[in-house]
Amino acid sequence: MDVPVHFFLMLSAAMFFIGVFGFIIRRNMITLLMAVELMLNAVNINFVVFNRFLYPDYFEGFFFALFAIAIAAAETSVAIAIIINVYRKIRSIEADDVAEMKH
Amino acid sequence: MMETIQSFMTAMMNSVSEIFASADLTRPTWSKWIFMALAGVILLGSVLTVTSRRILRAATFLFFTLLATAGLYLLLEYEFLAAVQLTVYAGGILVVIVFSILLTSHISYRFDPPPVWRVLGGLVAAGSGLLLTICVLVLTVFPKGVAAPAPDMQQVGNALLGQDVHGYVLPFEVISILLLACMIGAIVVARKSREPEASQPDKTE
Repeated sequence: MDVPVHFFLMLSAAMFFIGVFGFIIRRNMITLLMAVELMLNAVNINFVVFNRFLYPDYFEGFFFALFAIAIAAAETSVAIAIIINVYRKIRSIEADDVAEMKH
Repeated sequence: MMETIQSFMTAMMNSVSEIFASADLTRPTWSKWIFMALAGVILLGSVLTVTSRRILRAATFLFFTLLATAGLYLLLEYEFLAAVQLTVYAGGILVVIVFSILLTSHISYRFDPPPVWRVLGGLVAAGSGLLLTICVLVLTVFPKGVAAPAPDMQQVGNALLGQDVHGYVLPFEVISILLLACMIGAIVVARKSREPEASQPDKTE
């Protein structure tokens, strides 16, 4: 591998903070979820790169990324179920409208 | 104060030039070209995912970003992880997101552009975080890893179901219970209730 490890880490840092940016500017709940997926993905890249470049004989980062993918799938399915339920109740998935769920 | 900033800047410049020297850009190889292409797709796809005003297009750009990430795993010679990324992320999660988009919003609906103060706040927050991270990254010296052969699938399988120090059979089982709980939870949450539903006007159209 002749690409330095710094370049991979900078790429994942950029991806993570683009996700943060999207989480701040968006107001639709599904787009918020997509921004969170971007952040999770960037963190997975970090785990895999550290594993591959620094400890290539073990699989710690590899399995952490694998389990993070599985947990992301579970989290997305529950989040989508909640979003669809909220849409049925108040006919909108804008995060500002969901403040009506208080009390 | 000025001296601190000056020494910081020189340290930064030295580290950056060292990193680029170790990249050896005068001698391009296939892996460098592929990395640059994947990085371009990832950056462009991420930016368009969070800025596109049509939600289905945002999902499509997210799909390309996840595909390029799988390519990055392939470049690092983790074929199994790339396959998992493709099937679970690009295949599973994206399909669920697209279905929920089609269930909850009109296909021709366009978002209003976000207010300027919110964009500015997002840029400041994300930009300062990114700047800080990249400064720390550039100043960090990573140990020079030895060139290890790519792990084969047998090693991965033995570690995944191993019970020794580097075995992962317990997290594997815990994940399976978590997935079962999530499945039941998602069904319970998304199930249609028997009561008549609220009949408010549709705000997304």
